[in-house]
Amino acid sequence: MNSGIVWKLLTAIVGVPLILAGYIYLSEKLIGRRRQRRNDVARAFFWLLPAFVLIGVFLIYPSISTIILSFKNADSTGFVGFQNYRALFSDSSMLIVLRNNAVWLVFFTLITLTLGLLIALLADRVKYEAAVKALIFLPMAISFVAAGIIWKFMYDYQPMGMKQTGTLNALLSAVNPKYQPNAWLFNTKTNNAALIAVGIWMWTGFAMVILSAGLKGIPVELLEAARIDGASEFQILNRITLPLLAPTITVVGTTLVIDVLKIFDVVYVMTNGNLGTDVIANRMYKEMFNYHNYGQASAMAVLLLVVIVPVMIVNIKRFKNGGQNA
Amino acid sequence: MRRAKPSRIVLNIVVILLCLIWSVPTLGLLISSFRPRNLISLTGWWEAFKTPLQFTFDNYTHVLSQGHMGLSFINSLIISIPATVMPILIAAYAAYAFSWMKFPFKDGLFVMIVGLLVVPIQMTLIPVLRLFNKLGLTGSFAGVWLAHTGYGLPFAVYLLRNFIQDLPGSVIESAKIDGASHPQIFFHLVLPMSVPAIASLAIFQFMWVWNDLLVSLIYLGGTADVAPMTVTMSNMVNSYGGGWEYLTAAAFISMLLPMIVFFTLQKYFVRGILAGSVKG
Repeated sequence: MNSGIVWKLLTAIVGVPLILAGYIYLSEKLIGRRRQRRNDVARAFFWLLPAFVLIGVFLIYPSISTIILSFKNADSTGFVGFQNYRALFSDSSMLIVLRNNAVWLVFFTLITLTLGLLIALLADRVKYEAAVKALIFLPMAISFVAAGIIWKFMYDYQPMGMKQTGTLNALLSAVNPKYQPNAWLFNTKTNNAALIAVGIWMWTGFAMVILSAGLKGIPVELLEAARIDGASEFQILNRITLPLLAPTITVVGTTLVIDVLKIFDVVYVMTNGNLGTDVIANRMYKEMFNYHNYGQASAMAVLLLVVIVPVMIVNIKRFKNGGQNA
Repeated sequence: MRRAKPSRIVLNIVVILLCLIWSVPTLGLLISSFRPRNLISLTGWWEAFKTPLQFTFDNYTHVLSQGHMGLSFINSLIISIPATVMPILIAAYAAYAFSWMKFPFKDGLFVMIVGLLVVPIQMTLIPVLRLFNKLGLTGSFAGVWLAHTGYGLPFAVYLLRNFIQDLPGSVIESAKIDGASHPQIFFHLVLPMSVPAIASLAIFQFMWVWNDLLVSLIYLGGTADVAPMTVTMSNMVNSYGGGWEYLTAAAFISMLLPMIVFFTLQKYFVRGILAGSVKG
């Protein structure tokens, strides 16, 4: 390890918090301690400034800029009207991209949510709950790139007659001697499902942890009272647990939808969008770095935003109604 | 307390089966990463325990020395630590202001934060990349720190504000009466009391940055000397093809730290989520 790296690491660990703490003390010195309304506003300004400068530079300004770019040509030198958007909905390879995102949206979200809820409910009833939750959540802690490698290995394929080294093909061959080994990531009938399965494997833990926390928030007395009154476990689930959990389910579901729309890493690493598996974010990356069509890439980003805007509006409405802790 | 014995057996079988499905892929990777290269391509990882046992560290030493993974590990650290500390501290300042200070447009500004929570990162890539190119920040750690901070801020402000505004006002008011300044109140009272929320946020942000591919891929430009592990691994996938002995070792190296963080801070993590509704 050379000294340059050590220095960078030290800057990273010590320098950044010190600078930030220094900034706030310095601003306080600047304002002084007098209790005046004007000073209160000035102080709030300093406390908010770093956050809003960064939000402005990295979110607000670029978003507006991208919307403008989406109406421009490939190298952003002239306006082309809606041409990029027309291409988005007419180009045949684009339509496959949109179809794939829709398939991801529906299957990934529903299955992840259902499995997460199921595991949260089941784990709640066993003594080794902590271990179960840790195991299921673990994939959430690793990168999509590592998960991509793990599952490429799981899906590994050797031609029929050869020894299968991929877990999935080997398992299926062992169960059924007549099984035809499948090249999961190359067979266009299975490759999208194979990719979505990786996503589900990773995100179920997230859904489970949040839903499980919601479950623990339901008062035990309520459930005990229902049991004493003779309610079955199923009735308790249907009449008490699920209704009380509904806001949490909505929050988890929304998070999943937002994340799945932007799905990128897993496709980039496992198939790079070949053989009919491309998705918006991966195609956008290609438009940027392979085709250098920044207009088209921007239009794709705007499409993502447009799909997400309803969620944004619901979030804001819910916040304004005071339900921000949902 | 609980009844119905046969259903309990079914319950346990189902739960254990689910655990198996979830852990076998990772387990297969871990075992394979210790197998010699000639065996990996010949037999499945489940045959690793047939005698004679043949395990090796060669894959790890190779990947760490020749495969850039050693340097990438350090790069991932250099990227992730400030990219976790910066947004949390900056967001905590803003959250404190939103909770305990009076200023105009307070509600409007916070509504904006709520709206920005869901803006796709893709909306920002091209203009930020062009900005970085102009400023010479492309390929620098500072650029990636700032980008991750900007992207992480709305959620961090939102989460911390919800937590900090529910802290007991009496404690903060009495500290003010005792003559404590805002920075003193913030660092000595608010931050320590917010540890559950900060811990959960820190875990989320750290894992997000550590595991991020897109931001590094775009703003770091893919040069090996600044590439974090995710970028290096995705390059390996493309160039090695079926070199499973190195891919498995590399993947496990990249998983090590998040797994340690997760297991050591797991309690904080769950408690932090629950603490969102705790009031003093």
